[in-house]
Amino acid sequence: MIKIKNLHASIDGKEILKGINLEIKAGEVHAIMGPNGSGKSTLSSVLAGREEYEVTEGSVSFDGKDILELSPEDRAREGLFLAFQYPVEIPGVSNINFLKTAINETRAYKGMEPVSAKEFLALVKEKSALVELDSKLANRSVNEGFSGGEKKRNEIFQMAMLEPKLAILDETDSGLDIDALRIVANGVNKLKSPNNATIVITHYQRLLDYIVPDFVHVLYNGKIVKTGGKELALELEEKGYDWIKGEFKV
Amino acid sequence: MTTAELTKKDKFLTVFSSLDFKSEPEHYAQLRKEAEAELLTLDFPTSKTEYWKYTRLGKITNNNFQIGKVEQVDIKPFLIPNLDANLLVVVNGFFMEELSQIASQNGITVSSLSKAKTQNSTVFAKHFNQYTQNKSELFLAINNAFHTDGIYIELAKNTTAEKPYHIINITTENNSISQSRNLFVSSAGSEVKIIESFVNANGSENFINNVTEIYVAENSMVEYNKIQDKKDTNFSISTEQVYQQANSNFAINTATFNGALVRNNLNIEVDASNCETSLSGLYLGKNKDHIDNHTVVDHKKPHCNSFEVYKGILDDESTGVFNGKVFVRQDAQKTNAFQQNNNILLSDNAVMNSKPELEIYADDVKCSHGSTTGQIDDEAIFYLQSRGVGRKSALNLMINAFAKDALEKVTIEALQEYIDAKIEERFA
Ligand SMILES: Nc1ncnc2c1ncn2[C@@H]1O[C@H](COP(=O)(O)OP(=O)(O)OP(=O)(O)O)[C@@H](O)[C@H]1O
Ligand SMILES: [Mg+2]
Repeated sequence: MIKIKNLHASIDGKEILKGINLEIKAGEVHAIMGPNGSGKSTLSSVLAGREEYEVTEGSVSFDGKDILELSPEDRAREGLFLAFQYPVEIPGVSNINFLKTAINETRAYKGMEPVSAKEFLALVKEKSALVELDSKLANRSVNEGFSGGEKKRNEIFQMAMLEPKLAILDETDSGLDIDALRIVANGVNKLKSPNNATIVITHYQRLLDYIVPDFVHVLYNGKIVKTGGKELALELEEKGYDWIKGEFKV
Repeated sequence: MTTAELTKKDKFLTVFSSLDFKSEPEHYAQLRKEAEAELLTLDFPTSKTEYWKYTRLGKITNNNFQIGKVEQVDIKPFLIPNLDANLLVVVNGFFMEELSQIASQNGITVSSLSKAKTQNSTVFAKHFNQYTQNKSELFLAINNAFHTDGIYIELAKNTTAEKPYHIINITTENNSISQSRNLFVSSAGSEVKIIESFVNANGSENFINNVTEIYVAENSMVEYNKIQDKKDTNFSISTEQVYQQANSNFAINTATFNGALVRNNLNIEVDASNCETSLSGLYLGKNKDHIDNHTVVDHKKPHCNSFEVYKGILDDESTGVFNGKVFVRQDAQKTNAFQQNNNILLSDNAVMNSKPELEIYADDVKCSHGSTTGQIDDEAIFYLQSRGVGRKSALNLMINAFAKDALEKVTIEALQEYIDAKIEERFA
């Protein structure tokens, strides 16, 4: 589904990603872990197309397309979704209205008819139930005045509405209480299919108890320095990152 | 130096000598004479004149204007879709009866201003020129002295206008100057909604110097909506003098879509208790537009509320000016005054000069004011894009979100839709 090859990216002249290699196939769940500042969110942003980052080397092909050439909106329309670590508050822009615009522009991109008002409402109802998002929140301005947990739930609600092929969840678990964590994880699991894939960025094993990864990668200093199965997450939880840092430096 | 400036003003005023007001009743001729006398003491503002600090008038004062003439104009482009309203058309400061459509209603007098002067109306005579005399403002005095025609609307006691009044105030020709003038009188317990579209049919560098007086009697309600859409090649200065009586409600909504030089002088005197006053504005600048809103709310009596929100979106090399003054006089205890000016600059070359001012002489009041000027939030744009919303639509959503509440006090649905459509069109 996605092939990241030797990806280097920098911001303000400072190199943050220093050669990422990662391949994800349909149906897989990959977890990316790593200490603060190692470049996890940078990788997400670069994949989603944030302009501030300059890709200096490498390639990313998404279903055979070079997505580095695409605008952020076209990447989304191709099926890439990023649940932000820090969702942005947008006063005055209705959550529902902008999602309708997003869905219809994506449909237009694919040569499809716009969604009917009825279909759309049904979709909102179904998907907000999936993540137990209060319908009042769905109708409010994007993330404005949402609690930390509500913001994260809203990210998964949007993901459910947009049905991406590849979803990147950047620390979606942080700020969630245990119930919300279960709800969000259930939502993600229900959306899982053999045709889509998920990247879960997290610091905690807790989320991975619910969303069980096929692979766990450790990102350190802009590189993936270790890859393993789900047991690697357990090992990291127990031992921390020092042993990897040590190993890597040697 | 002083002599040179005087010459310039005098030269500017000579264009009006061709106007003939001889047929006007003596009382009104006398008012004009008084204004001419005042004009002798006034001059064009200089760079030191605080009130005009950010708006240079060279484009107007150095121009060679000709008096705008009566002209048949196709008004279709200026109609507001789905608006069921009385239509009043003014072209270059002259009332166009044949283009107007007025349904007569008991208790409402609607006519041209010039006709009203000849009707021996005591109400008209009582209010006309009452709120504009000797204000030491040059353009106001010029209009006092040399206005041509405009609209008079009077509501008798306890009359509610069945339909809004839509004044289409049109300018035409290159370098024409016109001076329209309105008076609206809402007697006790009456209610009226007025829209005035300031538009341009043809020509560039034409200049309108409009004055509107509004008398809002006890327990009456007036909503005045101004649409300014004269293209980016024309000039307008307009002055509203509003006088509010007890328990009255006045709302003004000003939407400015362009203009080489637009200056609005809005002065509201709240001279009795329990009044509600609302001032809203939205201005969209592009190219080299220059849009200046100066507002004054003068709270003189206790227990009144005023609410003011002006919002601007400035692109290219456009300039916005906002100066909002709220006075709360010593007697005006329990005043509640809110004032806000927010601006978005869409380009590095756009400029905003914002100055909200409160002058409070009473001690038991609730007043707040604020001003912000910033860019569109890039992170928000990226967030929307990352969901599949195109960059343009994202910008549009953001701009609409920003602009939306600026004119939420407009209560005429067709007008709301018209303004929304114009905003969308502007940023599409
Ligand atoms: N504008 C910038 N200029 C310079 N350095 C930056 C800039 N933005 C981010 N960085 C740096 O890039 C590095 C990677 O940041 P990133 O947010 O990708 O880390 P992360 O792995 O997501 O961390 P966390 O676990 O805390 O979320 C950090 O050292 C950060 O300080
Ligand atoms: Mg991060």
